[in-house]
Amino acid sequence: MNSRQKPEHIPYWKLMERRLRDAMEQVYGITMFGLRFFRYIFVPPYEFGQVRKHLDDLGAKSMPLLTVVGLIMGIILALQSRPTLDRFGAGGFLPAMLALTIVRELGPVITALIVAGRVSSGIGAEVGSMKVTEQIDALEVSGIDPYNYLVVTRVLATAIILPLLTAYVDFLGIFGGYIAEWISHNSSMQLYFTEVVQSLRFYDIIPGVGKTIAFGYIIGVIGTYQGFNTTRGTEGVGRAATTAVVLSSLNIIFLDVIIVQLTLLFLGPGI
Amino acid sequence: MNHGKILIDVQDVWKSFGDHHVLTGVSMQVREGSSDVILGRSGIGKSVLLKSIVGLLTPERGSIEVMGQQVMGMRPSDLNKLRKNFGYVFQYAALYDSLTVRENLEFPLRKHTDAGEEEIEERVFEQLRLVGLEASVEKMPSELSGGMKKRIGLARAIITRPAIVLYDEPTAGLDPITAREISELILSLEEQFGITSITVTHDLECARLIAHRIHILENGCFQVTGTFDELKRSADPTTKAFFQVVT
Repeated sequence: MNSRQKPEHIPYWKLMERRLRDAMEQVYGITMFGLRFFRYIFVPPYEFGQVRKHLDDLGAKSMPLLTVVGLIMGIILALQSRPTLDRFGAGGFLPAMLALTIVRELGPVITALIVAGRVSSGIGAEVGSMKVTEQIDALEVSGIDPYNYLVVTRVLATAIILPLLTAYVDFLGIFGGYIAEWISHNSSMQLYFTEVVQSLRFYDIIPGVGKTIAFGYIIGVIGTYQGFNTTRGTEGVGRAATTAVVLSSLNIIFLDVIIVQLTLLFLGPGI
Repeated sequence: MNHGKILIDVQDVWKSFGDHHVLTGVSMQVREGSSDVILGRSGIGKSVLLKSIVGLLTPERGSIEVMGQQVMGMRPSDLNKLRKNFGYVFQYAALYDSLTVRENLEFPLRKHTDAGEEEIEERVFEQLRLVGLEASVEKMPSELSGGMKKRIGLARAIITRPAIVLYDEPTAGLDPITAREISELILSLEEQFGITSITVTHDLECARLIAHRIHILENGCFQVTGTFDELKRSADPTTKAFFQVVT
């Protein structure tokens, strides 16, 4: 009869060290993987057809979900903010407050998080599945650079589509705010949107939309990186998809903090 | 059988994964028009050697020359150019699962040739006729059986008429009848197009049908090399055991 081996006891600090090392390796791996994009983007062949296909896959198919989220975000924000503003006699500022909140912060971040959840996991799973079924090897063997064909096209598509989706969600959010105002106070559409337009300035819009390009880049890079580094068959594909969402979301939030700080530093509060 | 110049020259190749030494000094030469088969047990490193030849894996030591060019250390752009001379049939076909059969076959032509739409269409159907799957042209890979996938994989690998085709377990996972059909198809295509090939398999029947030369891989290197009949009579214990177990 075989005696069962006692599991090896690993000290806690050693486990921590191993985890930290793995995390650092992953950070390094993602950074190098992401930086290659800037070299490859200028190198032919240019796969415009693939970029167009991904723009459709990643962008157009996210629209229904983003439509619902955008509208509800605006409605809820208006419903929640109205009583507080009224208490201070500032109910009239609601359109401006909504516009600034949504355009500067909520629109970009919520759009990026939703797209990260839908698209990054999809990219991770799709590329991961290609990896474990040797489709990436098949591309490579047939003389096609998989980084150029699979990564550059997807990262470009996410970086292009996210600002457009954000603009769409921003508009829907503001429009949702109007719906809430119209239901509760029968507000005039013209007055509401005049106040929205008057409250927004150039440096409210540019950082908000600009940072979504970076968010799109992060979503594309992390999704494809996880897919490219998938191991252990179908189990690995699932893990790649989950990790892609978690890491993309975390990075979007971290990057947002940095961008907000830099915006405040260089452009001021803009009030 | 008389064959031409050396197309693939593998010399003293070593490859490890961590502490696991898979290839420990493998050498082989494949001549133009020859069909070499690598036989060996599962997990012995047959596919590793195949992937090293085409530059998907990089060995730690040794030399791999294809058509007079050193593969190891080659620049990626040069490697991609060299790979256009290869067809590779993967163990599970590796068809692009987001593309139809037609698009899978069109893919190499669109990427590597200046063929017009009419010529592409013609070539796709010519390949499908060769592998007997014309009716499946609009199907997705998920709608095909294992044998059909292998046939399409084979058709895709040779559609650009490469000089060299590498087959990774072409009959694995197939019933004996389909496996024999695939082996006969490989033989017929090789004779028709004068393809030089290396086939990795543990299917002795496939080896018997298609091989000019068989190499037995064991303990990281080739133990015996010869024709099917020579190996069948071999006194080498590994070869003897292999032939006895399989037959």
